[in-house]
Amino acid sequence: MAKRIVINNEARETEAQFIQQLAAELDLPERGVALAVNNKIVPRATWPDTAISEGDSITIIKAAFGG
Amino acid sequence: MTPEQKRRYNRHIILDGFGSEGQQRLLESKVLIVGAGGLGSPCALYLAAAGVGTIGIADADTVSISNLQRQVIHFSEDAGTPKALSAKDKMQRINPDIRVEAYPTFITAENAPDIIRQYDFIIDCTDSFASKYLINDACVMLGKPFCIAGIVAYSGQIMTHVPGSACYRCLFPAPPPENEVQTCSMVGVLGSAVGTVGTLQATEAIKVLTGIGSPLTNAILTYDALTVQFQRFDIQPNPNCMLCGSHPSVTELQEYSFQPCRKNTKE
Repeated sequence: MAKRIVINNEARETEAQFIQQLAAELDLPERGVALAVNNKIVPRATWPDTAISEGDSITIIKAAFGG
Repeated sequence: MTPEQKRRYNRHIILDGFGSEGQQRLLESKVLIVGAGGLGSPCALYLAAAGVGTIGIADADTVSISNLQRQVIHFSEDAGTPKALSAKDKMQRINPDIRVEAYPTFITAENAPDIIRQYDFIIDCTDSFASKYLINDACVMLGKPFCIAGIVAYSGQIMTHVPGSACYRCLFPAPPPENEVQTCSMVGVLGSAVGTVGTLQATEAIKVLTGIGSPLTNAILTYDALTVQFQRFDIQPNPNCMLCGSHPSVTELQEYSFQPCRKNTKE
């Protein structure tokens, strides 16, 4: 069943069970992107084991280099 | 402190929790600012005004007219002047009480350790991934606290590191490939928003040097100017971090040549 989540402040539905699947769904690049669930950064190595729950707030943070 | 110093720094000295002790610590501190651009400008101005006793300012570029929209330490008549020297001049004029060391040169894998070793706190105000990873790696290897920040368009991010806390590679293990990075000249940047982030960096330096408050360690703060959202995210130090983890693969400074903002433009 699809879960309602929020990604970068936008409501969205996903079938993904784990962050890894969501990352694939969103086509996140291999490098230069970090991801937080409910304001905690989830290291990439644990994306396959991190389950997504209804109502999760997910933030994708792209590394910014400008200065 | 001399009577003049007591007058100059009065608003710090009377601050609850700061006091003469805090000001004395600042006066005895040495901070290195790498980059005298959008982030480095407000950062250098505030740290000079605050009375950080010694400030190193490093930048290999010269001032150009397209810098002036955000790099507020440089004035129109500075066009063509090395940014490090232009910045030093303004900092000394704001506060002749401090010593400013200008490095009108690139910080490289070769010279970084010798320069960084002389300072108590390092601030990354650079405009390239290459420099950010170099500064992160060198500071972690030397056990130096630092603050790293970046901005693109309307949104910025900042994190502080002290020995033992999460480093930039805990968050972003390696830089993105060159073809996935939009250059500064492609996407632009809101000048005042860079200033906000650079000012946050100055505050982080002051906090770590004086010991007031709690620094932005094991966290990243993001700022979106369009929605005025400041969001703070917790980061656990990554035990498998390639730099600060228990079995690091990055054990010496590498060649960090990719500098997107310097590639096609002299911005």
